[in-house]
Amino acid sequence: MNSKMSDRRGFLKGTAAMAGLAVGAIPFANGNALASVTPGEPNTSMGVTKLGVTPDEPNIQDLLYGGRSRYETTVRIPSVGWNGATGLRNLTPLQDSIGVITPSSYHYLVQHDMHITNIDPRQHTLMIYGMVDRPLVFTMEELKRLPSVSRIHFLECTGNSGLMHYKSMLHDQKLGRADLTVIQAMHGRVSTSEWTGVPLSLLLKGAGVQKQASWLVAEGADLCRHAKSFPLAKAMDDVIVAYGQNGEALRREQGYPLRLVVPGWQGVNNVKYVKRIKLVDKPYYLGRETSSYTNLKPNGKASWYESQVGPKSLITYPSDAHHLPERGLYEISGLAWSGRGAISRVEVSTDGGRTWKDAQLQQPVFRKAFTRFRLGWNWSGAETVIMSRCTNEYGDIQPTMLELAKLWGDQVTPHYTGEEIEHWWETAAIMEFLNNPILPWRVKPDGSVQDALYNTLYNTNGPSKNSYYSGGKI
Amino acid sequence: MVLLACGTAMAQLPIYNVGRAPTEAELHPSDGVVGSDGKELPPGRGTAKEGETIYAAKCAACHGKNGEGIYPWPRLVGGIGTLNTPIPVQTVGSYSPYATTIWDYIQRAMPPFPLEKNLTPDNIYALTALLLYWNGIIKEIDVMDKNSLPEVQMPNRHGFYPDPPQSTPNKDGTWQPYWNQAKPAAK
Repeated sequence: MNSKMSDRRGFLKGTAAMAGLAVGAIPFANGNALASVTPGEPNTSMGVTKLGVTPDEPNIQDLLYGGRSRYETTVRIPSVGWNGATGLRNLTPLQDSIGVITPSSYHYLVQHDMHITNIDPRQHTLMIYGMVDRPLVFTMEELKRLPSVSRIHFLECTGNSGLMHYKSMLHDQKLGRADLTVIQAMHGRVSTSEWTGVPLSLLLKGAGVQKQASWLVAEGADLCRHAKSFPLAKAMDDVIVAYGQNGEALRREQGYPLRLVVPGWQGVNNVKYVKRIKLVDKPYYLGRETSSYTNLKPNGKASWYESQVGPKSLITYPSDAHHLPERGLYEISGLAWSGRGAISRVEVSTDGGRTWKDAQLQQPVFRKAFTRFRLGWNWSGAETVIMSRCTNEYGDIQPTMLELAKLWGDQVTPHYTGEEIEHWWETAAIMEFLNNPILPWRVKPDGSVQDALYNTLYNTNGPSKNSYYSGGKI
Repeated sequence: MVLLACGTAMAQLPIYNVGRAPTEAELHPSDGVVGSDGKELPPGRGTAKEGETIYAAKCAACHGKNGEGIYPWPRLVGGIGTLNTPIPVQTVGSYSPYATTIWDYIQRAMPPFPLEKNLTPDNIYALTALLLYWNGIIKEIDVMDKNSLPEVQMPNRHGFYPDPPQSTPNKDGTWQPYWNQAKPAAK
């Protein structure tokens, strides 16, 4: 990609993220387009901007802990509907993601209450108890003395990309929210970080897990004391008791000073502010494994303890947060991840699923982590649909919406009738969690980009008329 | 002295010699997790009648006077028999498989405001009894305590699968929900 396109793309992304603020562009002699108006507080005291360079007086705070350029305005927007109203929930701006690491400031957060927990690490301890020979209490200082690992893993909220969020998004847009795009509001509950900490297996082996133990319950020290049980087998496999994220301590909203990272498993298992781990001999059927985070089917039965995130990919550029200024060359770029292992292949279709091309994968590819894919594309200017599908190292392929519907036992979206919208918050626990369908974007001749999945689910009588649900098979 | 030294060694992580034994109070936390068999439930008791005053003071502002819910806070009452209809109403009455879960959740998370978070075990037994009574699962005079609560049969006890939940991975190393069943799209 040449520098002209790169700048234009950056500019367009910036404007999209500004959610409707009027921003003009000044064409400069060298052909670059630069924003003439920026949010924040541009420094005008130093005189006329020359080729976009305006020197600032150094701000000591910015130097002590680095801030970003004032020209970068992307934010983690709050979630939509009841989801955004019943807890602190902020969404990763995937439309502006670069590479595979999500900066800690952009990492999505789901807190089940409206408080940010502040814990003094000198006071924080972790207790391992229950069915162990030696119940143990560790201070943070002690945990940091132990052998550590650093691993790059994604976390994805159980409800990410769930249809209920689309309903909430339409509702919030009606109420006047202008900052919502499908890529962020629907899909922004996934992020990737480098996590550093002690393998939980080391602590468990040291405590001497008794034979009858088969599950554990982890509890956090946040106000609503999130708790979750999961099988011991997973804990012994690859769970990390993490204190580090992306080269520094965990952020407060990511569980400072200590959290679990349960690689490849739905976010609800990754208990933040973890303070107690109890070894037990069965699941504990807690609120967030029964009343919520379960998946009610049309027949009235619900699946529970769903854990492993399926292979999933998403084109992040272009997406509905972007606008293509003209026909020509673009680099399609996106992210793929799988809870089971490494991504081995990503294919991209630029013709609505009729043909697929292999995208280039950013190396190295990490297991259970974002994998960046890229593919050059010459857009003719005609309307088309673009989408990606990924395969993991075991050959598991990202399914279509139709295939998912079969797994759900659904008619794709039977729960979301007009009638039900009146009652939508009462039935909010219905989340269709197996949310890894192939996700299409429709590129319009005017260069605008729209979601081509959810709006069609709402605005037609069903998926059979539309090939995008089936990845072009119909 | 020998015994004491031995005890200290036992109470640390082997090899690394870090950590300590928990105190008795730590081992039996008053706010500890409660499983479905209720064995961690503390002493105490409560009835629906006793729960009414506490509910009105601590819960009604968000969950409604009669547990009907106030947007966006969840409804707590009703919905039994609706789970397989086009408008399933999931409440602790219609959906929760175990009554102990209600006790644990109230104790753990309610009310979600730091200054209000002072319910006693008796309060929590009474509130749990009230919700069970409002949902028609127990009688108004039924006393809920550490013995009676785990015995309550919830209407949706068998509404979840797989039951019991998966404790070990599948043969191929995957965990529920078996992603490899999704077939590749045709070339």
